[in-house]
Amino acid sequence: MKAMSEITYKPGREPHSRETRRIFRNIDRVGYNPSIECFIEDGGYETLKKAVAMEPAAIIDEVKKSGLRGRGGAGFPTGVKWTFIPKGNTKPVYLVCNCDESEPGTFKDRFIVHQDPHQLIEGMIIACYAVQAHYAIIYMREEFPEAAEIVRKALAEAEERNFLGKNILGSGYDLKIILHRGAGAYICGEETGLINSIEGVRPYPRIKPPFFPAAIGLYGCPTIVNNVESLCQVRQVLMRGGEAYAADGSTRSPGTRIIGVSGDVQRPGYYEIISGSITYGELLYDLCGGPKPGRTFKAIIPGGASAKVMRCDEVLKGRNPDGSVRKMTIFDVPMDLDSIAQHGSMSGSGGVIVMDDSRSMPEMLRNLNRFFAWESCGQCTPCREGNPWMLKLSTRICEGKAAPEDVDLLKSVADNICGRTVCAFGEACSWPVQAFTTKFREEFLALTKPINALKPHNPETAEARKYLTRED
Amino acid sequence: MSSEQPILPKDAAAAEGKVNVQINGKWHRFPKGTRIADACNSVGVHVPCFCYHPKLSVAGSCRMCLVEQGMPPRLAPGATPTYNDDGYQTIQWMPRAIVACANTVAENMGIRTDGTVCREARRAVLEFLLTNHPLDCPICDQAGECKLQEYTADYGQPSHRFTEAKIKKGKNISIGPRVNLDQERCVLCRRCVRFMKEIVGEETLGVVGRGGHNAIACYPGKTLDSNYSMNVVDICPVGAMTSKDFRFKMRVWFLKSTPTIDVNCGTGTNINIWTREQQVYRITPRQNDEVNSCWMPDDHRLNYKYINAPERLLTPLIRTDAEAEQQPAAWEPLLRAVAEQLRLCKSSELAIIASARLTNEELYLTKHLADLLGIKALDIVPRMGESDGMLISADRNPNTTGAKLILGRDGSSLPDIVRGVKIGRIRSLIVLGEDVTAEAGISAEQLGELDYLLVVAHSESPTVRAADVVLPGVTFAEKYGTMINVTGRIQRLNRAIEPLGEARADWDILRALLQECGEATLKAVRATSSMDILEEMSEQFEALSGVTWANIGNCGRPVLETGVTIPLIEREKPRKS
Repeated sequence: MKAMSEITYKPGREPHSRETRRIFRNIDRVGYNPSIECFIEDGGYETLKKAVAMEPAAIIDEVKKSGLRGRGGAGFPTGVKWTFIPKGNTKPVYLVCNCDESEPGTFKDRFIVHQDPHQLIEGMIIACYAVQAHYAIIYMREEFPEAAEIVRKALAEAEERNFLGKNILGSGYDLKIILHRGAGAYICGEETGLINSIEGVRPYPRIKPPFFPAAIGLYGCPTIVNNVESLCQVRQVLMRGGEAYAADGSTRSPGTRIIGVSGDVQRPGYYEIISGSITYGELLYDLCGGPKPGRTFKAIIPGGASAKVMRCDEVLKGRNPDGSVRKMTIFDVPMDLDSIAQHGSMSGSGGVIVMDDSRSMPEMLRNLNRFFAWESCGQCTPCREGNPWMLKLSTRICEGKAAPEDVDLLKSVADNICGRTVCAFGEACSWPVQAFTTKFREEFLALTKPINALKPHNPETAEARKYLTRED
Repeated sequence: MSSEQPILPKDAAAAEGKVNVQINGKWHRFPKGTRIADACNSVGVHVPCFCYHPKLSVAGSCRMCLVEQGMPPRLAPGATPTYNDDGYQTIQWMPRAIVACANTVAENMGIRTDGTVCREARRAVLEFLLTNHPLDCPICDQAGECKLQEYTADYGQPSHRFTEAKIKKGKNISIGPRVNLDQERCVLCRRCVRFMKEIVGEETLGVVGRGGHNAIACYPGKTLDSNYSMNVVDICPVGAMTSKDFRFKMRVWFLKSTPTIDVNCGTGTNINIWTREQQVYRITPRQNDEVNSCWMPDDHRLNYKYINAPERLLTPLIRTDAEAEQQPAAWEPLLRAVAEQLRLCKSSELAIIASARLTNEELYLTKHLADLLGIKALDIVPRMGESDGMLISADRNPNTTGAKLILGRDGSSLPDIVRGVKIGRIRSLIVLGEDVTAEAGISAEQLGELDYLLVVAHSESPTVRAADVVLPGVTFAEKYGTMINVTGRIQRLNRAIEPLGEARADWDILRALLQECGEATLKAVRATSSMDILEEMSEQFEALSGVTWANIGNCGRPVLETGVTIPLIEREKPRKS
């Protein structure tokens, strides 16, 4: 395994000095390709050899010790999730790798599956061994056709060298991994929706309880659904040892995180950092090079499209180490999983969307509304009916056809969706609306006119009103 | 624990396998695993639902049944729970409402349906449902029995805030030979989808489209042509699925529903007959978990048209001369004349072809008529077919079990009678409620050669046309009585409409005949209703001892062991446990 200093990256893709490349070690690396030779040359599958010599329970312990938390967005401790498989289970256990990276603003898994698939496969084999799954599925989103080919080839290569298949490395453990392609739906990233999609039915998320995947998942069997990055992190945990892994980064969310920055910064792109080692300010000004010339930062969506937007000039209350309260802004918040949650948003999948003062917030919200209205699965009432309504309202606000009350109505529709749906999509679609309309209320109101409340804006209503007014 | 310490409610409940649940401030005890929705409804706290149906899997998608829920606060490690004077822990209420259909009760759980959280949640769900739902109840066929309409009146808001253009979907789509679909009125509860998949076992219906454009549709190349398709109309909470037979025929609030049973096969499916002013408009299944669950086959449901058909016999008829046409006659003189004629017949030359479509009471009177006249040749017309593996029994007679019990006949001696008619051994025939030309194989000519043919029937048939005397009976919708289904369950038949025209209930005709024939000892001869006859029967038959009209109830009671089961009910049992 080469030392970091010996690795060269493609021009413009060199890591920043504050980055720590572990998962993304081989991404955009000069001379690296997705073949198994390349991976093995760089120390690949060594961790697997170590893992299959261990007891499965010992691996779970190690992962628990590491404090590794899922990287798909919810941040649930990976090791704890694995222990939810019912004791005395006699059904087959499935492991599903969630590669349906579809949260707008998130782009990390795509690099792994396109450029370094064996890293995922190795992590997956270790995870499967830990939970004793003999059949695993990589659920790949429809939008990654090339990656599907790359991963398929990688799976074949791994099988050829007995990292997969029967009696892996002489350990007596069998595993088959297959690739399943989605058909292009955001909701398939929700774990129970994803399971339904694999089963070949409509990807309506299942109702919890009783359908917790670790107990009743794919075909009614215990199923572990992990994100691509999480599985790669499992490999890191085993490579370094649980305790060593836990020593890096913030105590509650250790390890590295991959941050995808998009929007109005000088250098958008991916950055792998030690969790909590830098603040949002350092990320945007140092790593990303600050705002575009002549612009100032206005707002940040810190964790993918469904996270609540933060105003850059918002005054937040932070705590000093001695317990006293200090005033701070989003730029002072450290980049780990929990800090931003204290300020009402979430770090989610690590997709940071940055908006500068050239952006219209109502337009931004309308764009998000359009996404969520299109992606709602339609299973449960609030989300199915609420999303088109919110889209229509925000469209009307952007077109200047709304009255000031419509802004409050928009917020109230979101409030009515939030917390009342089958899956987390209800929150995902309503949080942006709640945050945008509250934090940038003046921008929304500026587009409205009180007179609009009296004007019929819906041609159907206008048609119906003919019958209500008398000619004389 | 010392003996003085009172037993806590939780322990008392646990001893009987139950849990204590507080619903709107009152404590109740429910078996473990009861769904919150069922628990609330069982104690009179109404939980509105669209998607939840007790016979189908839980979808949990309509979000109408959201209730406020609370549990005792989670204890710090090492702490012991504290109990109030009544022995319960305090309830910590959750800020989020949960669905009552998918969650089950737990010890010391609190449920509130009258608080702000619940009220707001219901109001919001109804507002959402109505955003894209047409607001045209006055022209919707479901009005009056529409859950959306009812819940909006109960829990909704008086005005709407949605002023945008509505999403357009398909209307008046014929998705099957008997069912129409209006996608705009659909609330996407997917009861129909689950019914077809889980009960019928045919995946015909599904959801198409994304998000707000979700709509129910048939899978490509399929139509909703199952013989159970019309059940989706019953379980559809709104006006999305409508019956082609019933839609726009009558406003439901004008209809009276009468609980009774289906007479198309031996299952005795429990039904409601919906009538107005002597006219039957539709038949719907009525829940009976021992007979038909909540379902019924389409062909049985639609087989009611004969009740109000022009072929109905409305007056007694007599043929005075063999060459002449049948003439209307008055009941009383005619009955006297019939009795006189029957007494003249030689009992060995007289036969009765009765019907297993008659009620137990009618069969009982038939038996006594036969005994009185000394008739040995007596049987029913059997109707055997094939079971459909669901609800339709192989026996297409509704009361074969009753005929076996009361007449001691099961149709096996019918060929003898038929042969007797053909070779002329039998010269006179009484036919009760059957068309022997179609079912027993006696031709109209052979009937014409009889000396005397008395027919009791409700509708025209070749047998009726060949008769010397026709006494107009009634259909199952016009009489009271009991029948015993294939599993040995006695069930009640209720009168939904008065006998049409001058027709009389069959039991009353038989009673009057017996009376005219001189029967004196039988109490049933003086019966004023079929209930009186049942009372006498309960003394005479061991199987019926203790059976009264009242204790049969609307769901019947088992009286015989037949060993026959209903496939659909058998399939449902493991699901229930």
